[in-house]
Amino acid sequence: MNYDIVVIGGGPAGLAAAVSAWDSGARSVLILERDKELGGILNQCIHNGFGLHYFKEELTGPEYAGRFIELLQQTGVDVKLDTMVLHITDKKEIHAVNTVDGYMIIHAKAIILAMGCRERTRGAIGIPGDRPAGIFTAGTAQRYVNMEGYLCGKRVVVLGSGDIGLIMARRMTLEGAEVLACVELMPYSNGLNRNIVQCLNDYGIPLYLSHTITKIEGKRRVERVIVSKVDENRRPIPGTEMEFNCDTVLLSVGLIPENELTREAGITIDPRTNGAVVFENMETSLSGVFACGNVVHVHDLVDFVSAESAKAGASAAAYLSRNTDGPAVEVKNGNGIGYTVPQKLRLENIEKFTELYFRARQVYGESALVLSCGGKEVLRLHRERMAPGEMEKIILPKAKLAGLTGELTLSVEEETL
Amino acid sequence: MQTIYDVLVIGAGITGGCVLHELSKYQLNIAVIDKENDAAEGTTKANSAIVHAGYDPLPGTKMAFHNVRGNRMVKELCKHYQVHYSECGSLVIATDDDEIKTVQKLYERGIQNRVPGLKILTGAETLELEPNLNPNIRCSLFAPTGGIVNPWELCIALVETAVENGADHYFSHEVTAITPEENGYAVTVKNGIVLHTKYLVNAAGIYADRIHAMAASADFTIAPAKGEYYLLDKNQGGLVGRVIFQCPTKAGKGVLVSPTVHGNLIVGPDRTDSCGREDLATDGKNLEGIRKISEKTCQKIDFRQSIRNFAGLRAISGQEDFIIREIPGLHGFIELAGIQSPGLTSAPSIALEALELLQKAGLGLIEKKEFKNTRKVVRMKELTPDEQEQKIKENPLYGRVICRCETITEGEIVDALKSPIIPPSIDAVKRRTNAGMGRCQGGFCSPRVLEIIAREKGIDPSEVIQDKEDSRILLPHGGEESK
Repeated sequence: MNYDIVVIGGGPAGLAAAVSAWDSGARSVLILERDKELGGILNQCIHNGFGLHYFKEELTGPEYAGRFIELLQQTGVDVKLDTMVLHITDKKEIHAVNTVDGYMIIHAKAIILAMGCRERTRGAIGIPGDRPAGIFTAGTAQRYVNMEGYLCGKRVVVLGSGDIGLIMARRMTLEGAEVLACVELMPYSNGLNRNIVQCLNDYGIPLYLSHTITKIEGKRRVERVIVSKVDENRRPIPGTEMEFNCDTVLLSVGLIPENELTREAGITIDPRTNGAVVFENMETSLSGVFACGNVVHVHDLVDFVSAESAKAGASAAAYLSRNTDGPAVEVKNGNGIGYTVPQKLRLENIEKFTELYFRARQVYGESALVLSCGGKEVLRLHRERMAPGEMEKIILPKAKLAGLTGELTLSVEEETL
Repeated sequence: MQTIYDVLVIGAGITGGCVLHELSKYQLNIAVIDKENDAAEGTTKANSAIVHAGYDPLPGTKMAFHNVRGNRMVKELCKHYQVHYSECGSLVIATDDDEIKTVQKLYERGIQNRVPGLKILTGAETLELEPNLNPNIRCSLFAPTGGIVNPWELCIALVETAVENGADHYFSHEVTAITPEENGYAVTVKNGIVLHTKYLVNAAGIYADRIHAMAASADFTIAPAKGEYYLLDKNQGGLVGRVIFQCPTKAGKGVLVSPTVHGNLIVGPDRTDSCGREDLATDGKNLEGIRKISEKTCQKIDFRQSIRNFAGLRAISGQEDFIIREIPGLHGFIELAGIQSPGLTSAPSIALEALELLQKAGLGLIEKKEFKNTRKVVRMKELTPDEQEQKIKENPLYGRVICRCETITEGEIVDALKSPIIPPSIDAVKRRTNAGMGRCQGGFCSPRVLEIIAREKGIDPSEVIQDKEDSRILLPHGGEESK
């Protein structure tokens, strides 16, 4: 089997990338999706709030996915559902299986990685205690409640204040469960502020910042959890224990880009994002392999996933006809910067401007963002507030970048009044 | 008519499983009974999963004999029943003068125990074999016959084979009383039923003393000692190629670092004495202790790559050696107790001694004309692309991947649900197929596995359990009509 472009994953990233590749002139495009339908995790996100940036209106997750599926249907992009990619080689061979085609080896000229991310589990954060039923990642609970129509808990404690956890605190409440607490290790929430307000405050669910679950108890089903306050080093403070009698623990303790295929293909991974290191056109260290969406870095808003993925799709289409190699400048994380995407810029590929996404390492009030090169300031932007839970974006005009070589450094300067 | 069994085995862990499997080769009416809902539910599913070479036990003990003989038997059984096993070898490392002496002592003990191929390696030789270990290692004991195994898979394979060959199994049947009667024993179960048997085997693990005390005066107590573990992502599995032990202390063989047969890394156990018989809780301080102690072996372990913590219980009887005997005064009641480390390795060999004891007590052993071994496990990811293609043609469900982390297909899950012992829970399916064993710990696949279990069993999804009986996953909507 041969295709010009193979997109791995039919969630929001893969859909936007495939549509954009087609719109940019590619005519041999295939999406491989492991689930039975397109749309990815959006299908279980039945709440609204999607699309404000991209479509300028408020949609539910399935509606947002639906918009892209309609766009896709107007193209000639092929789709294989219920298909699992097993391996990708550095020769851009894709090994995949499904029930109809059996074991396939697909040769691609370009590949777009759009596998999304997975949730961190109890094991990853090592919550001590028993191991009964009733401990779910928030996304798994969301699937049970929204897709299968089953309630998976009646008295719930949510650990972590990531967006899915916040959304699920509200969702479980609406389904008749009692959400006793949302417990967050850090002194600030990792979720969007609007979700704290609309999902916790509006329902009177207490948020315990600088707290964590120090023990889960229960032989068959969860019976109770112990919650403790933590000190500035995030270690539990003895004597601060609170007991919650609950039957369910939902975990919203972070997302991890699913890059097992990426690693296997030998593509360079950024340890800060857990995603591939990408250039300005979303190309990875392996020429002709692009990546977009949550597999590159975890986004807060699907709108930004779509925008980033459209760029990857167009870049893959362009790659079919011209070489994009060239000298690159690297973007370094200076003071207060958690990561940037892209991590490398090939200035000659930038037409008018390029976007740089990043996250701050902590909560900042009035501050300045400074991009410098060899000690020389290239750009200075003002920010009123930044938080690790909210992805930031800056536009880099080509004119400002012209002639730069070596390394760029992005850093935060706090403005004290 | 009331069945009278020839032999009833109490406990479907690795010890009971090995005994049942051996017995099933003979023309006997046999059964296994366990308080849990599946085989391998106790210590068998929560241990280091090591096939010990046999240099630890004191020469002349039952432990030494069964360890060394069992080591070879485990290898054969795994080969025979397609159980994951690797004879990867093991090392005991020494970092100071005292430990060098210990390594020397273990070597001598191993020679006396007739452990093949033992060798003391210099620090440099050790690091050449295992470059990621602590550079301060001064020497090590290399045992080429040390290995790793999937213990619950071995146990399930043996019990399944016995069932396939006619053994009955009573799971979720907790024994509450044992009464000697004419020509045997009456065994009363919590739900009220009574089983009758001519011979009885106590392989009840952590509860062996309780079973003993139901029929005889107590002469030992099981005081469980808990061990906790880290299981790490496969990206850490390559840090070591062999089982790496530290020098044993009074507390046991100490914290080991080892690859698993699935390619993960296991680190543990510690030891907490005097804990409850159902206490499998992990503890933050203990886990931190394990991380610290493991640094002596290897400083490169990235514990952020942990995918699961768990705890298991050692069946400590207070006696130095395994208890393998006919209970004094109780004819035909064979006891296999205090089967602590190296119990997993020793179990197949202990089973042979158990059969000898039964025979001595009068049990006649006539081999079956036909002993069925129909266990065939399809593991898609271990097949070549052509073989996979062929399998998918035979059964398209082999082409639908359900567990993405471990690449387990719907066909493999359905196979497990049709096996001789029908898995009662999502975790039981996991132990048979590996679905949900990977880095997302069933986050993506458990809703789908749940759906497949419900479909294949013809039950409502809310009836599917996670592990133990009543460990419900989905709760009915209160008051509302179900959707």
